[in-house]
Amino acid sequence: MTSSAAAEHATKHSDFFVELEGVTLNYGRGAKQIKALGLTNLRVPQGDFVALVGPSGCGKSTILKLVTGLLRASSGYVYVAGREVGAEAVRVGMAFQNPTMLPWLTVRDNIMMPLKIVPPFREQYRRKRKSEFHDRAEALLKEVGLANFGDKRPWQLSGGMLQRASLCRALIHEPQLLMLGEPFGALDQFTREELWAIMQELWIKLRPTVLLVTHDLKEAGYLANRICVMRARPGVIIDDAEVPFPRPRTIEMSYTPNFVSMTQRLRELIVTAHPATEAA
Amino acid sequence: MDPQIRRRIDSALFIVGFFVLWEALCWAFGVSDIVLPKPSQIIVTLVERMPALWPHALQTLYTTLVGFAFGIVIGIALGALIGSSRLAYDVAYPLLIGFATIPKVAVVPIFVLWFGAGTVPAVLTAMIMSIFPIVVNVATGLATTEPELEDVMRALHASKFDILWNVGLPRTMPYFFASLKVAITLAFVGTVISETVASNRGIGNVMMIASSNFDVPLVFAGLLILAVMGILLYAMFSLLEARVTGWAHRKDELSMG
Repeated sequence: MTSSAAAEHATKHSDFFVELEGVTLNYGRGAKQIKALGLTNLRVPQGDFVALVGPSGCGKSTILKLVTGLLRASSGYVYVAGREVGAEAVRVGMAFQNPTMLPWLTVRDNIMMPLKIVPPFREQYRRKRKSEFHDRAEALLKEVGLANFGDKRPWQLSGGMLQRASLCRALIHEPQLLMLGEPFGALDQFTREELWAIMQELWIKLRPTVLLVTHDLKEAGYLANRICVMRARPGVIIDDAEVPFPRPRTIEMSYTPNFVSMTQRLRELIVTAHPATEAA
Repeated sequence: MDPQIRRRIDSALFIVGFFVLWEALCWAFGVSDIVLPKPSQIIVTLVERMPALWPHALQTLYTTLVGFAFGIVIGIALGALIGSSRLAYDVAYPLLIGFATIPKVAVVPIFVLWFGAGTVPAVLTAMIMSIFPIVVNVATGLATTEPELEDVMRALHASKFDILWNVGLPRTMPYFFASLKVAITLAFVGTVISETVASNRGIGNVMMIASSNFDVPLVFAGLLILAVMGILLYAMFSLLEARVTGWAHRKDELSMG
């Protein structure tokens, strides 16, 4: 093996954009230790859209935090873009159920926040290329249906509007990896369906790798290429299936027999999968 | 009538009424000037002695503002440290509370010992009086930042400073400005305490000398000056607060201005 090949081997670990290899995660120490995540393997190719579904407390959000480097695995390896997580700055966008807009900034300034932080935009921001970013924010706002709301303050917007803005903030810095933690969880059915359509459109256009955590099986079926079902305490992936429906998907599709039987199968899996601790 | 104007009129009437009642009670019971001077008499004294009082008032104002400025700088620095670091919180908080509990009168002689009587101990006393509320409020504001927001920032690989600058400090501003209003009045108290104990200038000193001469109207004139300066500065910081942190009170009609 030549030295350059060795270096290549040392830095390049995974051919997938996101890979969890034998990962476990425990919170706390000693007798009070809680196993949040059992032995987990997950491989996500670049540009894929994977949904994680399961009962609450099954470690779905833990996986998001591991992949973004907010938590360190107790054992195993987490690779992002072929390197161990945190080793290389991968542009990550995040949106949660709580839109967490900063109330002292306008909606547009909120959305432009990642540009102030993330390289290479950070340097350009300092060099006063603000107006260009301004246009970019405006274009993104238009795409989610908030064209004239850039100058408003977050508290002047409804919950659905805030969630749209939160999506914009997660996407403005052209993230390679998009983390969605139940972003549509607190919205009414109609707003939710509208946002699914917007989300799908944006994904088809920008093609980030997406991990979506959700309780909503219809949402997972509508948006994701693949659905991973998780079991609780400790969280493990018990099922990993492709979603066979063509894109772009529509709400009507979710009422077809195939779609319904898929969500029913998922539901069955989640309901019957009792936590390992209760079974023992 | 516009309820806002009505409220202002009510408030003004009540304040004027308070002084009228005071005047009336003094007349009715024939209260001696040495015990409690009448408001009219205080005003007369104030106008008559203004040329002599004015430099002292300026001295007190100047001392207070300098001490307050130092208090703000140190308060923000300490608050930022305590609010963003668990270790600093554990170490500094008990110390700070202990320090805040000490009667400041007891500290003035130490300052006099170190720096001599005069302006310096007064500035220092004003400073230490105003630090505590600022530190507590800044630290609270920082410590209550939503964890999800911090996650979003950390996922962007924001540095600790980035988070502090873009999220922590702006979030803290309403707490900070609320504390400034409290702190400025405390700074006045600090200055006057120090002037009373060890200085030959300032309103505190004037009141000290006046009371030992049983010149009670002059003492009250001094109190009035302090109260007016305190109210003006409080109002100033309230206005500033409303300007800077308007986002925090969206429908607030109670704020001044």
